[in-house]
Amino acid sequence: MRSCLVVDDSRVIRKVACRILSDLGFETAEAEDGVTALESCRAHMPEMILLDWSMPNMSGVEFLRALRRERAGDKPVVVFCTTENDVNSITEALGAGANEYIMKPFDRDIIQAKLAEVGLA
Amino acid sequence: MKPDDVAYLTHMLRRRSGMMLGRAKPEFIEGRLAPVMRRFGFKDVSGLVAELRHGRDALARAVTEAMTTNESSFFRDRPSFDVFEQLVLPALLTRRGSAKRLRIWSAACAAGQEAYSIAMLLDDHKLAAKGWTIDVIATDISAEMVARGEQGLYGHFEVQRGLPVRRLVDHFSQEGSSWRVGENLRRMVTFRPFNLLDSFGWLEDIDVVFCRNVLMYLDHKAKVGVLDQISEVLLPDGYLMLGSVETPQGLSNAFDPVPGSPGLYVPARAALPRQAVG
Ligand SMILES: C[S@@+](CC[C@H](N)C(=O)[O-])C[C@H]1O[C@@H](n2cnc3c(N)ncnc32)[C@H](O)[C@@H]1O
Repeated sequence: MRSCLVVDDSRVIRKVACRILSDLGFETAEAEDGVTALESCRAHMPEMILLDWSMPNMSGVEFLRALRRERAGDKPVVVFCTTENDVNSITEALGAGANEYIMKPFDRDIIQAKLAEVGLA
Repeated sequence: MKPDDVAYLTHMLRRRSGMMLGRAKPEFIEGRLAPVMRRFGFKDVSGLVAELRHGRDALARAVTEAMTTNESSFFRDRPSFDVFEQLVLPALLTRRGSAKRLRIWSAACAAGQEAYSIAMLLDDHKLAAKGWTIDVIATDISAEMVARGEQGLYGHFEVQRGLPVRRLVDHFSQEGSSWRVGENLRRMVTFRPFNLLDSFGWLEDIDVVFCRNVLMYLDHKAKVGVLDQISEVLLPDGYLMLGSVETPQGLSNAFDPVPGSPGLYVPARAALPRQAVG
């Protein structure tokens, strides 16, 4: 089964996203900030990461930069999922190595469309 | 709703647009008509139909437009756009290399997503800078949709279904929570209200016709007429793109499918009137 790590400091968002992703055939895991996410990736590198931007301890972009330096850290498809909905943030995320970008609020259709964009539909 | 009124609406809609109501439920029809009733001040469908029977053209047009289904999205049905990008466009860029002119028609453009998707793929080739004249003609029976296309303003959800984020930042600018298509794409696309039942006389020498997800709403006669007129405005070495559930089979002999290319058709060899006339 394909695996997805959902990284968001909101428990509600993690729950909603995990439900949609497992409906779409993903095995999901959760992390509440960048530090925990990085630890989780070191233990098990997922195929996909759904990533919030602003979180305590380590932000999404900081996490992504760190991830891409890890061994096999270039492998996961990283899709941001955030309220940072401006062009500059999107450009920064893409520059840091994000594959796609979801602007909150999101729904199942958007997640599905973005999975298709990154070849994981 | 009185059966009589449903019958009148069904007939009027078919006559004006070719659209078939089929077994549409009364609630569906009333739902679609609600904004028109509000706008024209009718309390119920009977009142509206009574007025239609008097032949009020503006009202009939509004009713027709209200009954259209305008569902669309950027790069809808991606395999078709892959075919356009990888097969159609390279072929045309070679064949039209000396004339440097391309005319592409989005024949039922809804709010313009199809036309702008085409424009984005054309823009990848930076054709304007290389001296090409590009016309993307976008038409729809719904004046409201055409106006939306012209504005080129799309919402939060619309820009996140089918549009890669890279294209969003490259081709759109943000206006509040909406996104506006950039000037260089909008310069390529000309919008115009147009009913596919009317004469295609003003259209000529089209390289590619996108006629997707509209034939499926039309009756047999309208489908035949539309395909027949397309075969006349399409260049002999042009292309026709239909929706993934549509086919000219049983409607027209003027087109052959391109094997392995979903939705793609070319003028049939036996039917090349232009060359025969020559
Ligand atoms: C479902 S949309 C298709 C949009 C786009 N081509 C796509 O594939 O996503 C169908 C459109 O056909 C238009 N339409 C229906 N009857 C028409 C007619 N007789 N002439 C022109 N447009 C028509 C409707 O207004 C609607 O916007």
